[in-house]
This record gives sequence, structure tokens and C-alpha cells, in this order.
Amino acid sequence: MNPFGLLAQSFAVLLALTLAPLLKGWIDMWRAWLGNRSAPGLLQPYRVLHKLFHKESVLADTASPLFRLAPYAVFGCVLLACAIVPTLSTDLPFAPAADAIALVGLLALARVFMALAAMDIGTAFGSLGARREMLVGFLAEPALLIVLFNASLITGSTSLASIVETLAHQQFAIHPSLAFAGIAFALVSLAENARIPVDNPATHLELTMIHEALLLEYSGRHLALMEWAASLKLFAYAGIGLALFFPWGIAQAQSPAAMLAALPLLGLKLAIGGLALALVETLSAKMRLFRVPEFLATAFLLAVLGLLVHSLLGD
Amino acid sequence: MNDGRLAGLLAIDVILIAIAAWLALALLGLVFLRQRAMAARVLFPLGAAVGLLLGTGALWGLASGPQVAVLAIGLPGLPFHLRLDSLAAFFLALLGFASAGISLYTGGYLRADDDTPPGLFAFGYLLFLASMAMVLLAADAYAFMVMWEVMALASFFLVIANHRSAETRSAGFLYLLIAHLGAIAILLCFGVIAVKAGDYSFAAMARGHLSPFWASAAFLLALLGFGAKAGVLPLHVWLPEAHPAAPTPVSALMSGLMLKTAIYGLLRVSLDLLHQPQWWWGALLLALGLATALYGVIFSTAQTDMKRLLAYSSIENVGLIFAGAGLALLFRAYGMDGLAALALTAALYQAASHAFFKSLLFLVTGSVLHATGQRNLGHLGGLIRTMPWVAWLAFIGVLASAGLPPLSGFVGEWLLLQSFLFTPGLPNGFLNMLIPVVAAVIVLVSALAGYAMVKFFGVVFLGQPREASLADARDARLLERAGLVWLAALSVALGLVPTLVIQAIDPVTRLLVGAGLGAAVAKQPWWLLVPTSVERASYGPAVFLVGGLAASAIAALLVHRLYHARLRRAAAWDCGHPWQTARMQDSAEGLGQPIRQIFEPFFRMRRELPDAFDASPHYRVEIEDHFWHGLYLPIARAVEFLARQAGRLQQGRIAVYLLYSFLTLLVLLLLVGR
Repeated sequence: MNPFGLLAQSFAVLLALTLAPLLKGWIDMWRAWLGNRSAPGLLQPYRVLHKLFHKESVLADTASPLFRLAPYAVFGCVLLACAIVPTLSTDLPFAPAADAIALVGLLALARVFMALAAMDIGTAFGSLGARREMLVGFLAEPALLIVLFNASLITGSTSLASIVETLAHQQFAIHPSLAFAGIAFALVSLAENARIPVDNPATHLELTMIHEALLLEYSGRHLALMEWAASLKLFAYAGIGLALFFPWGIAQAQSPAAMLAALPLLGLKLAIGGLALALVETLSAKMRLFRVPEFLATAFLLAVLGLLVHSLLGD
Repeated sequence: MNDGRLAGLLAIDVILIAIAAWLALALLGLVFLRQRAMAARVLFPLGAAVGLLLGTGALWGLASGPQVAVLAIGLPGLPFHLRLDSLAAFFLALLGFASAGISLYTGGYLRADDDTPPGLFAFGYLLFLASMAMVLLAADAYAFMVMWEVMALASFFLVIANHRSAETRSAGFLYLLIAHLGAIAILLCFGVIAVKAGDYSFAAMARGHLSPFWASAAFLLALLGFGAKAGVLPLHVWLPEAHPAAPTPVSALMSGLMLKTAIYGLLRVSLDLLHQPQWWWGALLLALGLATALYGVIFSTAQTDMKRLLAYSSIENVGLIFAGAGLALLFRAYGMDGLAALALTAALYQAASHAFFKSLLFLVTGSVLHATGQRNLGHLGGLIRTMPWVAWLAFIGVLASAGLPPLSGFVGEWLLLQSFLFTPGLPNGFLNMLIPVVAAVIVLVSALAGYAMVKFFGVVFLGQPREASLADARDARLLERAGLVWLAALSVALGLVPTLVIQAIDPVTRLLVGAGLGAAVAKQPWWLLVPTSVERASYGPAVFLVGGLAASAIAALLVHRLYHARLRRAAAWDCGHPWQTARMQDSAEGLGQPIRQIFEPFFRMRRELPDAFDASPHYRVEIEDHFWHGLYLPIARAVEFLARQAGRLQQGRIAVYLLYSFLTLLVLLLLVGR
């Protein structure tokens, strides 16, 4: 591991840390504009985080150490996931430590921590949220993995860096299996990031909330970490999507110039992606919870269909 | 160490000494029949030490070549042939190391109010261990079957240790029945192979050449026989009955280790004795394994009894191991030995990690049961506050069982998925198309396993206690803790250093499929697992753990440095609802509800829902296995019918019986005369 690799890796992590709330702010801004409201400003998520860190944490009497540990564990897991996803460069020293399967496992670990922490207090809403989160998880997680397998079968590798390198070097070719995988991935990322047809991050409505129900008992710095982790997770998903479906422009050598050149392109892709997400969220209505399994089963089956198409048509 | 001897001893001698020591301790148990202190303080801790000795000997045997021994016991002129090769050594190592933890725990677990005297329990327990070791060492069909039966009987008597309850007795009977069905199938399987080979020793059987028809017949019989022991669909029904009935250490032994002897037997027969597998064997094993895994995991999420939940989860794990073995057979049949080695390594890794984490989880339920007297999830909750040791060790087991990185369960799944991603190279177009669907089932199973484990841990250890009596639950005692810590440590170690474990598995896959991952893995540093090439896939769990811990620790440090980090305790908020009771938490039934809804066809459900105007509403749901009503009960009814018909022969008059004898004689004479 050379010093430049270490530097590049830290830069990627810091970039994820700073860009993630910005992405959230960008999406919130567009959501407000598209909904004909005045927007809170691009930097609002930072202000919220700052405010929450300053507040005192109120801990329920019944909370066990697991509850206090969970925000740090979740934050660590998601940050690690961001470090693994090749957003700027494929040649990072951390990349070999985890491939696509391990990445999904890492996100699952974060989810398990969140669900357990929500059950820890022993309130009605907490365990309700945990149950719903695990319900979304056990359907979304396999779907995400199968999406990644679609790319793996094309590139012959489960390492994300290799996938990006192979896909970006190919002639511009449309893989039919990737088209199925793309739709499936869009559905999964809506569900996994608590976005509108599945969940609404802006409300605390008892009947429907999933993600917010998990965080109900958190406050102060713990809540800040959880919120930050949520925006990092969105960033990681954006990174996965870009790596699989728009891999062009990601640096493939350890040079500062290549990484700096990749930066504006990444910003552009994220901006477009965020706008698209805001559009989807504005145009669609929240589903009933009982419909969510169908929604995710669709994603799962589409991804499996992609695999079948791949094995039918070959490369 | 020129010829593999250390102080004049071979690895197989060390293992035989360990087995003899177990038997000697078992006899001591009979001598001190009613002295609990003797069993708890001496027999079980010594049994654990012997387990360590056996495990070490097996590891040594894994590294050295095959060794043979002949034991002059049994019938005159029919000695037991024993052989320690790498396959046996691998499973012996699991047996030694996992049983060490379980025995240690059992020392602290024995209580005064058990039905069976402690000495007798120790006798059965140690005999069970010794017979499992002998099953793994056996090198002829005769020794194997004798030891297999000793194992089945010893475990049967352990299952019915609390024989005063009728439920336990009927569970034990069911277990015995299925175990013997399996034993008959195994005997027939060996018979088919031995007749063609002309000898019943494994070495001769492996040399014999069977026609494809007889080889397939032998394989199917082996699948039936070992499948019954492992709990493969539809022979899984004894597991969820026997585990809740058995004392906890026995559940742990049966689930963690005895199931592995079935895996061992299946691998021995299908890859060693019948060395030319056909592709459809692998496909069948794969399909059966996946069906079992999916069925097991779906049922485990819907259970409300801790041990039943874990029993179904064991069925799931066995299914995954079978799927890996099936894939290995498939690759082997097509001569793709490198890939067969990958799939087999995945299956063996699963088997190893399951031996440790499932033993750990079963033992945890034993501690909870002793501390609270409850096995029903609906009466538990909040134990992390009163039993922190058990809870945090269970947490490790739960993460491993859910297949989450960086623990042991994940490595097996990772390897299994890797081998599935390689399958498009198979020269069978139909299989190539089906295999991705199969991979989809595997990831669904592992995600559902996460659900089941969150349910298990969340309901037992988190939340508010659902009964007032749980407030004075006591944490596990010292010996219990030691056993749990040992198993948890092995689960973590197996997760963190997969490279070393895979190098240990290498001789096994070399023996069975003629290739191994050891060389490819050894090229990389110990912290990076690369089964084939770096471009293809790599996984570094140790880096993973360090990275995750560092990220969490730095976050914690920064938050506490940069901000004031004040904390206040208050009542839970719960959206401002003022009256909260423990009954408002999600119950085990509630957590199972989404699964019951989504996978409804899997269950046979009976629901009683309250009316909207009921003064005292009652909700009741009963879940049953389709196999009971679709398969077992019809068979039982048919057997009863036949028995009744046969009963008509019994007239009770001596003249009629003399007539029967006369007729029989006549028929025999006719047959002989022809």
C-alpha cells in the first residue's frame, strides 16, 4: 500500500462524508420546488446535523448498551460501504477487501443493527419499524445482490473495481440483462433508501413509517449519526448505480489528475441522478405497506429475469 | 517427525487415545451415578479437555497422510478397520473443538431436578461423542454401521433424558423411527456397493466398478439414509420435535455435530466410494438442498419456540451445505475439478461454521431456559439487561448465523455464491439457465435467515421483559460462560482467517475431487481471501473488521471531542404515547406475520380471529407442516390399517395356528421340490 493510495482512499471517504448530505439537500430542494413549495436551501442537511450534534441526547430508561452502540456501528458500516464503492477511482487500496457480495453483506449488517436497536427500547413503534425494515430488507437485499450478479456474469468478476473497469472499456453496447437489472436496481434503491413509493422520509405517520419508526427513540448526536448514515447509504447506492450503469469517467489509475478529472463528472452524474429521484418521488404516491412485498418481488424477479436473459443470449 | 510420528505416536493413535479416554470417563459416570458434582466438576471438564486433544490430533492428521489401524473388537475374525484420511480428520477436528465448548458448558448446566441421574447422562453423552468419532474413523461398512447405530441409540436416550413428559417420549420415538429408516437405507447402500466390490471395506468398495444403474441406486439409498439423519426434506420432521424435547447440550451436539456425520457420510459415499458421479446426482442434491433450505428458513421465521426456531434454522443450514455438495458433484461429473473444489470448500466451510455457531445458539437457549424456565418467545424479552454475558455471546452467534460479515457464516455463503457465479461454464445448457435462479434462491434464503435471527435475538434479549419474573433472571455460571466464549471465539476466528481454514480444507478437496484452493489462497497474504484471482473476487474480513471498527471509533471520538456529548435518561418517547406496557411490543407471532402472509402456501395454518365486538377477544394461529398431513399421517394410517388386517390372522385358537404351520410347511416343500 503506497502513500498515494492511502491518500486517495482517505480522499474518497472524506468526499463521501461531505457530498452525502449535499446530495440529500439537493434532492430535498428539488422535491420542494417540484411540489411548488419554497426550498429549505441546499445546505440544510448540514445545518440539521450541526444542530443535532449540539443537542443533548435523551436516552430511554430501558435502553441497553446495544442501543448506544448501534449509531456508531451503523455509521461505520455505511462509511465502509462508501469506501468500497468506486465513485472516483477503481484503484483504491481498500477495494480488494470487499467485493459486491461483501458490500451487500455490509449493508445488511447495518440494517440488522438498526432493527435490533429499534427493538431494544421495547416500544410498540420500535418493534413495528424493525419488523417492517426487515421485511423490506429480506426482499431488497437478494434483489440487489442479483442485480450485482448480472454485472458479474457480464464481466466475470464480483469485484466492483473490475466490473467498472470492464464495463467502461467495452464498446458502447447495450446488454439486455443490464436493462432488466437497471430497472430492478431503481426499484430496490427506492425501497432501501426509504423513498416515496415505499416509505416517506418526511413524515412520522404511524401507519406507514418504516425508516422513521426505527429512529423514533434516537435524539441528539445519535440521531445525527443515524441521519448522516442514511444519507451516506443513499450516496453509496448512487455510487453502485453509477458504477454499474454509467461507469464512464471513473479514474482507473492512481493519479491525482485522473481523480480530479473524475470529480466534476461525478458531480454532474449525481446532480442528474438526484433530480431524477426527486421527479420519481414527486410523481408517485406512497404505496400501502402490504403492496411493498409485491413491489420488491417485482424487482427481485426482474433481476432474476436479467440473469436468465444473460444465460439465454450469452455475452 | 520423519514418518509422521511424534513421541512414537501417529495422529490416529492420539485420536484413539482420546476416544478411549471418553469411554473411560463414560464408565466413571456409571460408577458415580448420582453424584452431580462429580459429573459437573470432573467428567464434563475432562471430556472437554479430551475433545481438545482429539481436535488437535485431527488437525495433525489433516496435515499428514492417511493412516490406518485395526481394532480387534467386534466378532471373532471381523475386526474394525479404522482409517484416518483428510475427510475424516476434518470432521473429527470439528467434533473435537466444538464438543470441547459444549462439554465445558454442560459442566455448568447440570441441575438437580433432571429426570436422568447426572452420571447416566454423562455416560450417554460421552458414549455419543465417542461413537460419533468412531463413525468418522470407520473404514469398513461393518464398523460404520455398528457405530452409526450406537450413535443413534446413545442420542435417542439423551433426547428422552427428561422422559417423564409424554411429549418428550413421542419426540424421541419419532427420532428413533426416522433414524432407523435412514440406517436401513445406508445398510442397503453399502450392500449394493459391497456386493459388486466383493468386500465390505471402504478401500475395496472404492476400487469396485459399478454399472451406472447400481451406482445410482447406491447414491439414492445414501441420499435417503444420510438425508434422514441430516434432516433433508421430507425427512426433516424429527428435528423440530427432538430439539425442544432434548436437554440443551444434546440439542447442541445433535445439531452442531451429529448432522455433520450425515454430511460426512454422504460425501464419503458419493465422492469417495462411488468415484464417478453422474450429473443428475448433483442436480438432485442441489434441488433437494435448496428446497430444504428455503423450507427451513421460512418455517424458522414463523416459530414461537426458541429451540424450534433454531431447529428449523439448522434444517436451512443443512440445505445450504447439501446445495454446495450438489454443486460440487455436478462440477465433478463434468470433470471441472477446480470448480468442484470451490463448491466443496464452500460446503465444508458452511459445515464448520455451522458446527460452532449453531452449538453456541442452542447453548444460549439452554442458559435462557434455566434462568427463566421459558422456551416460548412470547414470555421472554429484555434479557440483555439481566444476562449480559449470554446476550452478547448470543449476538455473535446470531450475526454468524445470519451470514453477516465479518463472521463465519458469511464466508461459507460467499464461497457458495462465488461457485454459482462460475457455473455458466457447464456444458449443459439447461442447467446453465437454471443455475442463476438457484443463486437467487440462495440469496433469498440467507436474507430470510437474517430475519429469523433478528427475530430470535430481538424477542429474547431486547425490548422490555414480557413477564415480571424475568427481572430476576441470573446470568450463566462460569463454566457455561467458558463454553459459550470458546464457541463464540471460534465463530469469530473462522470468520476472520478464512485463508488458514481453507488451507486446512485443501487436503480434503484434493482427496475427494482431486483439486484444492490451498495453492491459490496461499499466494495471497493471510488477511485476503482470493479463491481464484484478484480480478475475479477477493474478500478481506480482517481488513473489514479493522476498517469498520476504526470508522466507528473515529466517529465516536470526533463526536465526543467536538461536541459536548451530554446524555440524559428519560422515559421512552414512542411518539408521545403515555401508556406503554411490555405487551405492546411486537410479539414473536407478530414478527412472523409478514412471512406467513408472503409465503402462505408453505404453511398449513389454522386461524381464529376475534370478532370486532368480542368482549374478550382471542387470537389464535396454529402453524403446521404440510408434510405431516400430506405424507406422514397417511403413511401412519396405512400402516395401522395393514396391521389391523394382519391382526385378523391371530385367532387365538391353537388349531388355527397349527394350520398356519402346516400351510407354511407345504408352501416351503413346494418351493424346495421344484
